[in-house]
Amino acid sequence: MQFSEQWLRSWVNPSLSTDELSYLLTMAGLEVEEVNAAAPAFSGVVIAEVKEVVKHENADRLRVTKVDAGTGELIQIVCGAPNVAVGLKVPCALPGAVLPGDFKIKPTKMRGVESGGMLCSGKELGVPDDADGLLVLPADAPVGTSIRDYLSLDDSLFTLKITPNRADCLSIKGLAREVAALTDSALQPMAIAPVVPAHDQTVPVRIDAPQGCGRYIGRVVKGVDAAAPTPDWMKHRLERSGLRSISAIVDVTNYILLELGQPMHAFDLAKLDGAINVRMARAGEKLVCLNEQEVELTENLLVIADDAKPLAIAGIMGGLESGVTTASQDVFLESAFFAPAMIAGKARELGFGSDSSYRFERGVDFQLQRDAIERATALIVEICGGEAGPLTEAQGQLPQRPAVAVRSARVNKVLGLGLAPDSIADIFTRLGLSFDATAEGFAVAPPAFRFDIEIEEDLIEEVARVYGYDAIPSDAPRSRMKMLPLPETRRPRELIRQQLAARDYQEVVSYAFVDERWERDFAGNPDPVKLINPIAAQMSVMRSTLLGGLVDVLVGNVNRKQSRVRVFEVARTFHKSADGFNQPEKIAGLAWGSRLPEQWGAKTERVDFFDVKADVEALLHPHPVEFRKATHPACHPGRCADIFLAGQLVGVIGELHPQWVQQYDLSSAPVVFELEYAVVEAQRHVKAAPVSKFQPVRRDLALVVDEQVEVGAMLTSFRQAATEIVSEVALFDVYRGKGVPEGKKSLAFRVVLQDQTKTLTDAEVETVVSRLLDAVSANHGATLRL
Amino acid sequence: MNNVDTILESGLSALDAVQDLVELEQVKARYLGKSGELTELLKQLGKLPAEERKAAGAAINAAKQAFEARHNERRDLINADKLARQLAAESLDVTLPGRGSSVGGLHPVTLTLERIATLFRSMGFEVADGPEIETDFHNFQALNIPENHPARAMQDTFYVEGGDVLRTHTSPIQVRYMLNNEPPIKIVAPGRVYRVDSDATHSPMFHQMEGLWVDQDVSFADLKATVTDFLRRFFERDDLQVRFRPSFFPFTEPSAEIDVLGERGWLEVGGCGMVHPNVLRNVNIDPEKYTGFAFGIGLDRFAMLRYGVNDLRLFFENDLNFLKQFN
Repeated sequence: MQFSEQWLRSWVNPSLSTDELSYLLTMAGLEVEEVNAAAPAFSGVVIAEVKEVVKHENADRLRVTKVDAGTGELIQIVCGAPNVAVGLKVPCALPGAVLPGDFKIKPTKMRGVESGGMLCSGKELGVPDDADGLLVLPADAPVGTSIRDYLSLDDSLFTLKITPNRADCLSIKGLAREVAALTDSALQPMAIAPVVPAHDQTVPVRIDAPQGCGRYIGRVVKGVDAAAPTPDWMKHRLERSGLRSISAIVDVTNYILLELGQPMHAFDLAKLDGAINVRMARAGEKLVCLNEQEVELTENLLVIADDAKPLAIAGIMGGLESGVTTASQDVFLESAFFAPAMIAGKARELGFGSDSSYRFERGVDFQLQRDAIERATALIVEICGGEAGPLTEAQGQLPQRPAVAVRSARVNKVLGLGLAPDSIADIFTRLGLSFDATAEGFAVAPPAFRFDIEIEEDLIEEVARVYGYDAIPSDAPRSRMKMLPLPETRRPRELIRQQLAARDYQEVVSYAFVDERWERDFAGNPDPVKLINPIAAQMSVMRSTLLGGLVDVLVGNVNRKQSRVRVFEVARTFHKSADGFNQPEKIAGLAWGSRLPEQWGAKTERVDFFDVKADVEALLHPHPVEFRKATHPACHPGRCADIFLAGQLVGVIGELHPQWVQQYDLSSAPVVFELEYAVVEAQRHVKAAPVSKFQPVRRDLALVVDEQVEVGAMLTSFRQAATEIVSEVALFDVYRGKGVPEGKKSLAFRVVLQDQTKTLTDAEVETVVSRLLDAVSANHGATLRL
Repeated sequence: MNNVDTILESGLSALDAVQDLVELEQVKARYLGKSGELTELLKQLGKLPAEERKAAGAAINAAKQAFEARHNERRDLINADKLARQLAAESLDVTLPGRGSSVGGLHPVTLTLERIATLFRSMGFEVADGPEIETDFHNFQALNIPENHPARAMQDTFYVEGGDVLRTHTSPIQVRYMLNNEPPIKIVAPGRVYRVDSDATHSPMFHQMEGLWVDQDVSFADLKATVTDFLRRFFERDDLQVRFRPSFFPFTEPSAEIDVLGERGWLEVGGCGMVHPNVLRNVNIDPEKYTGFAFGIGLDRFAMLRYGVNDLRLFFENDLNFLKQFN
């Protein structure tokens, strides 16, 4: 909402500067977004009357004028404006004047002719003016008067951001009331006298939808000159409130909306057919609105109708057909109260709203209608002439305003204050809230202009606001202290991320909504969770895997000429389930490019499956994880494993499928992994075991097996065959080539044996090693390499 | 006896001439070995007359000791020299870069989130979490957001098939926590949130952190103190000016916007207020017995302010050149 400071000060004028007023409003919850000067700074410009105009001898486009600027003698001024004419009143910058842009006016010669000043256009003064050329002032503008004073240019335009609960401040009257309360200063009440009817013509009014329309007051004004010009003072106030002047009668209704906060409507009486009925729209009815949009009315819309047709969508927009025009002779004025619940949300459904619907849906003072229509009538009669008839009023259901109980103790408890009941009472009085004292505090009667006072907290907020949020203390809180739990079975989130960062992965954050194609390519998910209203087609489904985002980050960075990319993300994923959605967090990584950053002491080799597998193992350490050969839509079928923990599938690792490498235009395949975050987060609570004091014995076994035999399977066989003295079996070399037949590989295992109670004898060691050898020989055809 | 002196002299000069340990031992053998020159002298001692034997023996032993002393000295010298040469040969260019892997880093929003969470943990706040696809109840209804509130419109809120929403704030985490826990409740709830909005200052997905403290006597004064303390610690400025400006949110009352005074005037950094009694009732907490405050801030915005980032979109473009600055 935008308004003129001067207009507000005509209602209430506290001794505050513009900046102070702005701060006051902001700190009362009426946020001032902007304060702009009505006109830029300039000086030395007065009203002058053009007395003489002659052609300039040396220039076709220039005229030589003589003007009376109230200085006692005529001043000769050369002027280039096409609209200069004898008798016009125009702004004149006298020598010494400074125009916007620090443009100083001095006596000068123009093409050889003396010019003692400058006649100004609106543009040159920074004053809005539609016309080209000089700013033409009304004929009665007083010569010699400062243009700043005459046009009230020393004004500031405030733009407020009013929260939805403060509809009472959407008018000059409401703001003035608020400022008066905040500053404890006097409000200049505006006396609105009833207009004495000059005829008795009326239009009957009926309210068929009493829940939607609490009050409807109408009046016929006959014989108006609807084409009469709007007076400048009203135009200026409208303009400074951000509204354009349209026609006198429409301007008056808009003026009342700004001044009192009552939206009004003016019908052309000639277009009305019988009585006014405020009713719900009927299916099939249509209306072309003032914005020239044809609306198919629905049964949840309240309309103003006559006997034949809907005329207006109540509180939102009038109809094009029935609205007042400059040709109208008789008008029917409407001043009504429509229930917020009836208007709320409708603008959104219709796709358009108005200053009127904006106010009605937030709440208009339901006692204001009579004042508004009397004030509007008086203004119309004053500007357009005509004769007013008597008021017709119909009532529906008006809001009920039960008293709200406020306990002084509760006020102080919630705010952390120690206010005496008198101080609270004083705040209520300043706000214009009437109340009765009760045993515990007050019973406050909400006024008709406030729609946000229903419960005790609403009034606690009012007390806080007027007392001042700044004045509420900000001492360190006292509380009952309690230590936070610190479960050792869960690793802190930051630790997990830091671990991956320490292994050279960079954390990224990508959107949770992705291209449907990614879900197909990287998750084989034909039925992802769809958004009903995505902002773009490539962000239309919720991801069930983080891999798509990581590949996208890779592609983006390859395009930015990165040669090595290692990234990870921790985020929720989204899956359909029987009872809605599963949204587990996942942790996923991608590595592409060289294993190590290019450097002097290491060969540049591409990162491979096993490099990333080590990262995954480190992340899951010390859980006993199992990697099982698997297929996954994202991965190369021969280079992919499912990750199992205690028999549970907890993730996947693999090289990106060559198909996607090609499709996403990558020069080589990244290795990716994705794990359930909860699994990574889980941690064993360590129970220490005794450490053997006896020497361990190590035996190395070089075993030749068929190429297809998996090391994992052999390790399982070892584990099953091992006795309790086997403390470790681990692979330490894989060899193919000389000495190993084609189609076979040699695997070297380290077997460590140790007893808790004694030193092992050779015989004991050999017995166990034979057991192990027998097991892998039987299960995998392994032979000792000699 | 001249013979002893002559032999010793020639032995000592032989030792002095030696350059390596092998040669040194050869020289030693030549004089002190089984048939070394000094050993031979000793062997001949018995042939001397008895009265000369003692003096001659002493002279030979003295010569042997002198020889051995010089030998040891010489050996140490050769060893030291050898070590010095070895060390010189083994010296490295210590300015060569270290070998092996480099390190990655965390996203600036994560860094911000962790810092803030740590600050609040130090005051006894626990970190809570919740789903991102939320029900209308948890995201709107329970928070006292009326049926026709503009925030519910499709132009503001993402809806998924079935009618649930992508949470528009992290408040539903608070709702869930309050439904499952008894006061006293002290939590912060960070997370990703979603709104239908995309330009230089808005991302359709962004991060919020909300805080909630519900107990028997939590007041607006406590809210002011906690938030002010937090902002001063986060920005590491004890003199940071913080103001609370009346505002309106459906889920708090009284409500306030939080502003801090920056170089270019007051800057809005979050919203807060006393938890609305309807919200407490919706999660089965008696508003007569308990009061509470809540606040919410934008983590992305805090990261921008803290690290001097001027375009929100940088956080989601994942340009490694941008992200690596924070490592």
